[in-house]
Amino acid sequence: MAERLLTFDIFRYNPATPEIPPRMQEFQLEETVGMSLFIALNRIREEQDPSLMFDFVCRAAVCGSCGMLINGRPGLACKTLTQDLGEKITLMPLPVFKLVGDLSVDTGVWFRYLNVRTEAWIHTDQVFDPKGLEERMDNPTAHRIYEAERCIECGCCIGACATANMREDFIGAAFLNRIARFLIDPRDERPAAHIFEVVGTDEGVFGCIGLMACDDLCPMEIPLQGQLAYVRRKMALVALRGK
Amino acid sequence: MKWSDAHISEVLVIGAGLAGERVAIEAALNGHEVTILSLVPPRRSHSTAAQGGMQASLGNVAMGYGDNPDIHFEDTVKGSDWGCDQEVARLFVELAPVAVRQMSHWGVPWSRVVAGKKTLPDGTEIEDLAEKAGLIAQRQFGGTAKWRTCFAADGTGHVLQYAMDSVVTKLGVTIHDRMEAIRLIHNGQTCYGAVALCLRTGTLRPYLAKAVVIATGGYGRIYGTSTNAVINEGTGMGLALDTGVVPLGNMEAVQFHPTGIVPANILVTEGCRGDGGYLLDKNLHRFMLDYEPVKKEVASRDVVSRWMLHHIHRGFGVDSPYGPHLWLDIRHLGAEHICTNLREVQTICKNFLGCDPTESLIAVRPTQHYSMGGVRTNRDGGAYGLKGLFAAGEAACWDLHGFNRLGGNSLAETIVAGMVVGEKVADFAREQSLSFPFALVVEAVAAQQQRLDDLRSHLGGSEDVFALRRRMEETLLDKVGIFRTGPALTEAVATLEDLYQRAANLRLRSSGIGPNPELFAALRLPGMLRLALCISQGALQRTESRGSHYREDYPKRDDENWLTRTLAYWPPGAEMPELKYEPVNITTLPPGSRGYGEMAITGD
Ligand SMILES: Cc1cc2nc3c(=O)[nH]c(=O)nc-3n(C[C@H](O)[C@H](O)[C@H](O)COP(=O)(O)OP(=O)(O)OC[C@H]3O[C@@H](n4cnc5c(N)ncnc54)[C@H](O)[C@@H]3O)c2cc1C
Ligand code: FES
Repeated sequence: MAERLLTFDIFRYNPATPEIPPRMQEFQLEETVGMSLFIALNRIREEQDPSLMFDFVCRAAVCGSCGMLINGRPGLACKTLTQDLGEKITLMPLPVFKLVGDLSVDTGVWFRYLNVRTEAWIHTDQVFDPKGLEERMDNPTAHRIYEAERCIECGCCIGACATANMREDFIGAAFLNRIARFLIDPRDERPAAHIFEVVGTDEGVFGCIGLMACDDLCPMEIPLQGQLAYVRRKMALVALRGK
Repeated sequence: MKWSDAHISEVLVIGAGLAGERVAIEAALNGHEVTILSLVPPRRSHSTAAQGGMQASLGNVAMGYGDNPDIHFEDTVKGSDWGCDQEVARLFVELAPVAVRQMSHWGVPWSRVVAGKKTLPDGTEIEDLAEKAGLIAQRQFGGTAKWRTCFAADGTGHVLQYAMDSVVTKLGVTIHDRMEAIRLIHNGQTCYGAVALCLRTGTLRPYLAKAVVIATGGYGRIYGTSTNAVINEGTGMGLALDTGVVPLGNMEAVQFHPTGIVPANILVTEGCRGDGGYLLDKNLHRFMLDYEPVKKEVASRDVVSRWMLHHIHRGFGVDSPYGPHLWLDIRHLGAEHICTNLREVQTICKNFLGCDPTESLIAVRPTQHYSMGGVRTNRDGGAYGLKGLFAAGEAACWDLHGFNRLGGNSLAETIVAGMVVGEKVADFAREQSLSFPFALVVEAVAAQQQRLDDLRSHLGGSEDVFALRRRMEETLLDKVGIFRTGPALTEAVATLEDLYQRAANLRLRSSGIGPNPELFAALRLPGMLRLALCISQGALQRTESRGSHYREDYPKRDDENWLTRTLAYWPPGAEMPELKYEPVNITTLPPGSRGYGEMAITGD
């Protein structure tokens, strides 16, 4: 591979110095074999501008920290290799979320708020018996729950979502999927109607206008479109049967 | 400092991984007001990265029938090379099944037993009985006599952390993320809280509480190449060490995992070998058969890592631009198995190696992975030396793991310790009244503010934080790794001492204003170097080999002189740690043979 000189065009803004307006800044870097945006951004920080803000934690595409707009498209920076991009790479923070600085955004507070709002925990009257055996579950059911539970709350689906960009309260694909996860789980004793009180609105299931950008770019490849359809189907049933 | 900035609660938990959140839950269920601090949102803690599983002797699967806490105990003690506290190990093995089942109650979608006859990769026929169908499934991990590791497909840590955090959310526990504890507030006898740095703004805030818990995970990143998340910089252990009165236990006990991928150093789970994967050399020879005819690839991690490196030193490594490596082969496990139970491995290979492990070999090499050492506590999780300070999880040396941790025992430890220590913390907080020596708080905040101001003023100093840090990482990796010798360790100590002095002389290249990563790195570096010195000095003084600590010049375990735990103190103003030793608590299983790793390592 011929060595390329990459140009990074990076969004800059430090809320602690509001007198300096947001801007794009260019950095150049020689590409190395197997270079990811994790490696590239750390090199830029260490060699060129140590004030550059961005977030990585696992650097293995499992923790959801590093979502950003890569050439305009939301994605995880740690698993994006420069070899798959052109010589000019534009990096912007994810929209919708509050900006911490440069490429760093506050996804944590956003997701926590929605976890509270949708009561995303198992609701049960069963009391745990430390001396008893675990309740049984068949493996395919465990797998279906697991599939929905794989969401890493990276916010890419939210950043890509037309509705979330316009409507502050929209719960987005991530939480429609989360709702599916609890609907599938036999341990959650909430009546479906109870769940739909929270999500059967324009901020919930009906907010989605079906552009489905989320489905294309979920880094975990969760079938978000299918999950949304499942939640809507369940809802229709509840409406019909009235329970 | 404004007093209105002070945040007061009954229990302050530093760290929102599995251990911290489990402690917080126990304290909250006991009616206490709890605050958790974390560098990142809880669900991004390093615990989420664990793929493989959690050990508990349920005996649910064919290869685990007959398992019980006694066997788990024996495996753990042998794994630790008799370095662990046997009372702690006993408590742990009894509670691990409860922990696994409670996590199920809280929503973890554990993989479940499917009844029927099966053939293992080595041709063994087994049958999972119908009466066990639907119970929690278990897989094999290294160093265990039974299949005992409970798992949720390929993402055990992720689902455990999500379920744990859902309970924390439900209980309404206060969480302040992007908030880094940088100093404990104490008077040499009692701990009153911590000074924290807001990573959103670069400002300080005191957190006051009756009880403070350190649950900050490991320090892998001081080694540079590590399977750990980039936030694992050991700052929490540093908090305890900096008090001057709380020791760190067994810091020289550093685990290297056999299968970090080359060159990205990302872990592929022990499940690969547990499920039947092979290690191959450049001639595609399955070399572990030569060194460990019985346990083969599933001996304990310290042993497998050592044989791998030894085999590479003998010239059987595969050459690459990133140095020699070996191969992990899981192709024969079949696409179906790989695509479900090892899917994460497949994804990692695709993303970071550009290969598909159902068809190709995976380039691997032993990589820094886990810290057995940490804040030394008693059996209740109370830190030595300071009232009101506790520790749990990877940050603690409770001491379940001694000189080598078994795979799957760490997730289990975080939760079991969370239960046990959480209860003790709750009891302590109940009996304690809330009171603070005000001057002490003001002083502690002022001292930290001074550090920030000094760095931001760019007066004096000339050293670059990233350059010193690189040097520290290289030194540890080259000289305090899998094979250790007196001369190399002596050099490491000298280099690190020099770096430590230079780290008092840092100069920022940037302004340091706001949430500035260079400022944050500069604040952390001296503490990281203190840990590096504890590790190196501990390794130099320990003239024997035990578990992961292997001295080429002292290749034998020496129970007569070294059945001890190292305690490293850092007296105020000192330039080196002060080492003391305490005996290891042996209750029922006297030192003996581990049943693996016995063959002498000799050059040829
Ligand atoms: C890749 C990988 C795979 C693994 N797989 C397994 C496995 O399959 N089975 C197993 O048993 N073990 C496994 N382990 C080990 C296990 O995952 C960890 O030991 C365990 O999760 C540690 O949990 P913890 O709660 O102690 O710390 P962590 O999960 O690391 O959490 C630490 C917390 O402390 C916070 N923190 C740190 N410093 C500060 C500070 N100064 N101020 C405020 N907050 C702070 C962090 O933000 C974080 O919330 C694996 C480890 C790795 C690296
Ligand atoms: S750093 Fe964890 S997903 Fe990218």
